[in-house]
Amino acid sequence: MLNYLWGFMIVIGITVGVLRGDIAEVSNATINSSKEAVTLCLTMVGIMAMWTGIMQIAKKSGLVASLTRALGPVIRFLYPDIPKGHIVNEYIASNMIANILGLGWAATPMGLMAMKELKKLNNDSEIASCNMCTLLIVNIASLQLIPVNIIAYRSQYGSVNPAEILGAGLIATICSSFVGITFSVIARKRSFRRGQR
Amino acid sequence: MRFLIYVSDYIIPFVFFYIIGYALISKTNIYDEFIKGAKDGFNVVLDIMPTLIGLMVAIGILRASGSLDILSNLLKPITRILHFPSELVPVALVKMFSSSAATSLVLDIFKEHGPDSYLGRLVSIMSSSTETIFYTMAVYFMAAGVKKTRYTLFGCLLATLTGITASVILTNLVF
Repeated sequence: MLNYLWGFMIVIGITVGVLRGDIAEVSNATINSSKEAVTLCLTMVGIMAMWTGIMQIAKKSGLVASLTRALGPVIRFLYPDIPKGHIVNEYIASNMIANILGLGWAATPMGLMAMKELKKLNNDSEIASCNMCTLLIVNIASLQLIPVNIIAYRSQYGSVNPAEILGAGLIATICSSFVGITFSVIARKRSFRRGQR
Repeated sequence: MRFLIYVSDYIIPFVFFYIIGYALISKTNIYDEFIKGAKDGFNVVLDIMPTLIGLMVAIGILRASGSLDILSNLLKPITRILHFPSELVPVALVKMFSSSAATSLVLDIFKEHGPDSYLGRLVSIMSSSTETIFYTMAVYFMAAGVKKTRYTLFGCLLATLTGITASVILTNLVF
C-alpha cells in the first residue's frame, strides 16, 4: 500500500512543482525534510525513552498484570461466549491494556495471538466470528490514556503546553469507543438471533 | 469546558505518581527497571526513523510544490458544508491506510499553522482518537486467515467518524 501512496506523493509533487515553477523550493524541501525528520526523532527519543522506562516499571511491579486482571468483567461483557479461563481472555486483556497505555507496538502481537485463538474457537472458519469483529472494532476505536507520539510532535514544533490536548483527546476516544462497543453489542445480538456466531 | 485543560495538566503527573507509588509499595527495583525500559525507547524510535524520513520528504515535496494547497482548495466547497477544515481532510483519509503517512501530514500542519493553532489542536485530538482501519484489519484478519469480515468495517468506520466528530466539537468547546 505504501509503495503506491509514497510513489504517487513524490511523482505528483514534482510534477505540480514543475508546472507551477516552484522546482527550486521542491529541491530544497527534499533536503530540509530529511534533516527535519532526524531532528524530530531526537526529540522523540527523549520522550519515548521516558515513557518506555516508566512502562517497564509498571510491568515489573505487577501493575500491568493487575490492571489486566481487573479487565475481566469488561472482557466477559464484550465477549460473552468465550469460555472462562481460556487463554484468549489473557491475550485480549493484554492487547486492551497495551492500547490504553499507548504501547501500540506491544498491542499488535497480543492482538494477533488473540485472533488466532478466536479462529480456533470458531471451528477454523474463514468467516469472522462476532468476537473477531468486536476485537477489531475495539482496537480501531483506540481508547488511549496518553498519546505519547502526539505530545512529542507538539513539543518539537514549539507548543507552549504540549499536554493541553490530553483531556479532550481522552473524551474523544471515550466517545468513539462507546459508539464502537454499542455497535458491536447490537450487531452480536442480531447475528445470534439469526443463528450466526 | 475549559476545565479539560486543567485535567490535561494532571494526567501525566498522576500516571507517574500512580506507577511509581505502586512500584515502591511492591518493592520493585524502580531505577534499574527505568533504565532498562528507557533503552527500549531508543529502539522504538530507531525502528520508525527510516519510515519517517521517507514520508516527511514526500510530504515536504507535496507542500513545497503547492499540491497540498491545491488539494485543500478543491475540497473547500464540500468541507464547508460539513464544518470540517479542508486542510485536515488528507490527514483523516490517509490515517485510514497508513499511520506513518498520516503522521507526516500532521507534522506538516504543525509546521504550517503551529501546534497551538485551531488546526494544530484539532489534528492532535483527532490523531489520538482514530486508528488505521484498513491496515489494522488487513494485518489482523490475514494473520488469522479470515476472508469474510462481516460487519467489522462498518463498525470501525462508525467509531472513527464518531472520533472525528467528537474532536471537532471538543476543540471548539475547550479552546
